[in-house]
Amino acid sequence: MSVVQSVDNVALLPAYLAAGTAVLVLLADLLLARAGATAAVAAVGAVATAVGAAVVGAGQTRRTFCVGADCSWIMDGRAALVAAVFALLALGVLGLSGPLLRSGPTPAGEYCFLLACSMTGGVVLGAAGDLITLIVALETLTLPLYVLVGLRRGSLASAEAAVTFFVVSVVATTLTLLGAALLYAVTGGLHLGRLGVLLGDGRDLPLTTAAIALVVVGIAFKVAAVPLHAWAPATYDGAPLPVAAYLSTASKLGGVVALLAVVQRALPADVTGPVLALLAVLTMTVGNLVALRQRRTVRLLAWSSVAQAGYILAPLGALALAAGRTGEAPATAYAAAVAYAVFFVVLELAAFAALVALRPAGGDGGSVDELGGAARRHPWVGAAFALALIGLAGLPPGLAGLFAKVTVVRSLLDGGAGWLALVVAVNAVVGLAYYLRLAATLYAVDPAPVSGAPVGRPAWTVGVALALATAVAVVLGFAPQLVLDLAAR
Amino acid sequence: MRLGEFLLVAVLALPALGAVAVAATPRDRAARVVGTVVAGLTLVGAALLVLGDHGWFGYGPAPAVQPWHRLDVPWVPGLDLRFHLGVDGISWPLVVLTALLTLLCCGYTLWRVPAGGSGRALVALLLVVEVGILGTFLALDLVLFFVFFEVVLLPMYAIIAGWGGEDRRRAARKFALYTLFGSVLLLVGVYVVVAAAGTADVVALTGGAGLSRGTQLAAFTLLALAFAVKSPLWPLHSWLPDAHSQAPTVGSVILAGVLLKMGTYGLVRIAVGVAPEGARWAAPVLGVLAVAAILVGSLVCLMQSDLKRLIAYSSVGHMGFVLLGVATLTATGIQAALIGNIAHGVITGLLFFLAGAVKDRTHAGSLTELSGLRETAPRLAGLLGFAAVASLGLPGLAGFWGEAFAVVAAVQRGGGLWTTLAVLAAIGGALTAAYFLRLLRLLTHGRPSPAVARLTPGLAGAELTAWAPLVLLALAVGLAPTLVLGLAAEPVDALVGVLR
Repeated sequence: MSVVQSVDNVALLPAYLAAGTAVLVLLADLLLARAGATAAVAAVGAVATAVGAAVVGAGQTRRTFCVGADCSWIMDGRAALVAAVFALLALGVLGLSGPLLRSGPTPAGEYCFLLACSMTGGVVLGAAGDLITLIVALETLTLPLYVLVGLRRGSLASAEAAVTFFVVSVVATTLTLLGAALLYAVTGGLHLGRLGVLLGDGRDLPLTTAAIALVVVGIAFKVAAVPLHAWAPATYDGAPLPVAAYLSTASKLGGVVALLAVVQRALPADVTGPVLALLAVLTMTVGNLVALRQRRTVRLLAWSSVAQAGYILAPLGALALAAGRTGEAPATAYAAAVAYAVFFVVLELAAFAALVALRPAGGDGGSVDELGGAARRHPWVGAAFALALIGLAGLPPGLAGLFAKVTVVRSLLDGGAGWLALVVAVNAVVGLAYYLRLAATLYAVDPAPVSGAPVGRPAWTVGVALALATAVAVVLGFAPQLVLDLAAR
Repeated sequence: MRLGEFLLVAVLALPALGAVAVAATPRDRAARVVGTVVAGLTLVGAALLVLGDHGWFGYGPAPAVQPWHRLDVPWVPGLDLRFHLGVDGISWPLVVLTALLTLLCCGYTLWRVPAGGSGRALVALLLVVEVGILGTFLALDLVLFFVFFEVVLLPMYAIIAGWGGEDRRRAARKFALYTLFGSVLLLVGVYVVVAAAGTADVVALTGGAGLSRGTQLAAFTLLALAFAVKSPLWPLHSWLPDAHSQAPTVGSVILAGVLLKMGTYGLVRIAVGVAPEGARWAAPVLGVLAVAAILVGSLVCLMQSDLKRLIAYSSVGHMGFVLLGVATLTATGIQAALIGNIAHGVITGLLFFLAGAVKDRTHAGSLTELSGLRETAPRLAGLLGFAAVASLGLPGLAGFWGEAFAVVAAVQRGGGLWTTLAVLAAIGGALTAAYFLRLLRLLTHGRPSPAVARLTPGLAGAELTAWAPLVLLALAVGLAPTLVLGLAAEPVDALVGVLR
């Protein structure tokens, strides 16, 4: 066997582009020292990454860093989709950050660099083929966020949020690593596919179950699944708004992708299925019920995104039953989870973009009452916000959200998990209550007097991000098959 | 593209594009005119759908659903969703009724916009609601049916919350949450069927299509619950009185006139059609609940002192008759249900228009503040009397056929249970007459109350234009029920044929 590995650099192209973006941003900040130029470099890099991922993903599945049949880097259709979505999310969040970077103390160079680093983690995550790559990618995705969350200078809430997030996240990573180590001890393998084969053969050691549980639980922290969710609302609310948007979209997507990777390829479904079903039920129910009581906008969105994580996990819960593990049912479930996650991040990004547009530059999310009548002052932004919220609730005219829910329910019934479908359905009703309250507040006729300076026209970058996210949501609403096809690849 | 396909698309695309055009028209009055014109064109398109082959001319056994026109193109194969539309004798009368009521409501807003928001937005929302309702009646794909079913929800919520009475927020939220609860059950029910059958084509699925008994029972339970919320069936009706009494006049007319029919139509076309074995199994329960709705509705109405609430509760009773007709699962019963649907839509639409007129003029809704209407406003009182008499089921007017034949169908069904139900329903019919006569006595007779004494006898031209078609239809359907039944006979026979 040759010691020199041949590396398929085409497969690695998206990762190169993403990492190159981070380096270029750093250089641009050093050499040009202008916030606009730095952000532009980051934006161009993100677009290039998305295009690169799309080009690579359009071809055959490419593998590299292989030992025998097991590969550490698998660039298939879904990995390309994940990479492209991460790049576009970073681009969108960059757009939302325009007013924040222009308004004051936030250093643009560091901000864009950290965002690009986090994007790199996301791009690598989708293609990760072994546990080490997976965990390193997940950490590359998360690490920059600790700093980004704390970037609202002079805000105690921001610092608190950063520390909370850091402590919880490190604990979660430790658990995942411990689980991975135990799995290695039991099986001697780290590649996801190999683990799948080895663990599928038979498990006599009780240690194996503990190891599996540790890995799943550690990743569930990142998804903010109940009961491992408590960090999310405080962190979102303390972070600058664009970072909160990134946390609730990209960071959550990262957790979902990691979870899917281990559940689909490595871990035995009969152990993970019941755990995931339980997590899904708890996550959506608790998230929705607590969101009902929220008075601050970002906390409401945070709790709602906890609930949405429950819907993402729900299709995987079908693996708990034997019917969900046979035939085409598992593939449908994985595809449904990916599809739901994609629909969700588009709508969530649109919602946050609208919120950024309605709030003063660099401000926090404020309370729900402060948005009273906002749609009457800013009809287009208000309409986009309402559309995103209604989409998150899963109703027309937010067709993208409707089809997302339909996808989940369909996959659950295909897997014979009718009870879980009913739980999802009832939760959708609870969810509507608070989404509707927020949307109705936007159109309130007799709003509470707005404190502080009136908000003028949103910055153009925010406007473009909002328009693009809304346009994508509308297009996906009429052509959901685009996402369904990509997710099933 | 053939004429039928063109019409099917046009009937949905016209109001959809119209809503956009209305929203984009800068001047409020011009926007309302645009909306009314669009609604008128939609009515023409809906009426033209009747052209086409009505019989089955092919070889072999006739299918259970024989649409006069159909359009079938794939939309989202990943979710088994096809854009599959069609119209037949069961859906066509409802389609025309929807288009007619929307036109009347849009025309009415030309004359008067209820307080709360711009008339432009109201007309745009009315048109979106129309798209949803028409789509529901035209859909021949289970998933598409669900999608259109959902389309109605938020625009109607916005109409109630934006232009309603004092307690509009609560009423609107209750409406939205209740109906969404129904429609998520519909979603689960639809995919229970689709997952088992592998298709969402209503034409192929009607008659059970080899679904196992367990699947059919589960599907029927879920679907019937969903439609029972929408119809509404006692005890899931409690959203209705609030929503109807708080909604603006045009909202109440659409709600009572056609929105409720989405429930009963769905029950006939989807629930009974797709899961006949489940329907047979659940028919006694459905019948008992329907009769309970009739009795509860009429008893509440006897005690009710608010005009709009009384009419709203009368809907619970009338829809009870419709559901009793469906529950018998006989050709007579389903025919009674269909004509009852149309009659209720026409008459209750008219009643809500009249109640709105009374309320707009007197600013009073309670029957204790209203009396002696015929002294100061004889024409309004006369029309109200006509509508009330039509609603209580006087022979010769539209309300009679649905109620009488629902009872007849229950008697024909035979057996102790159904005979008892028929007797109780007949008693409910008598109670209906009692509370409408009480309403007329309180409202039109006696000395004029201060609120009524101010009234002038005249009616606006816009009001007469909006009401005249409904008065004429109530008479026409009453005198010649074959207008509805003649078209529905064949599809109902085909449906009942596969139920056996």
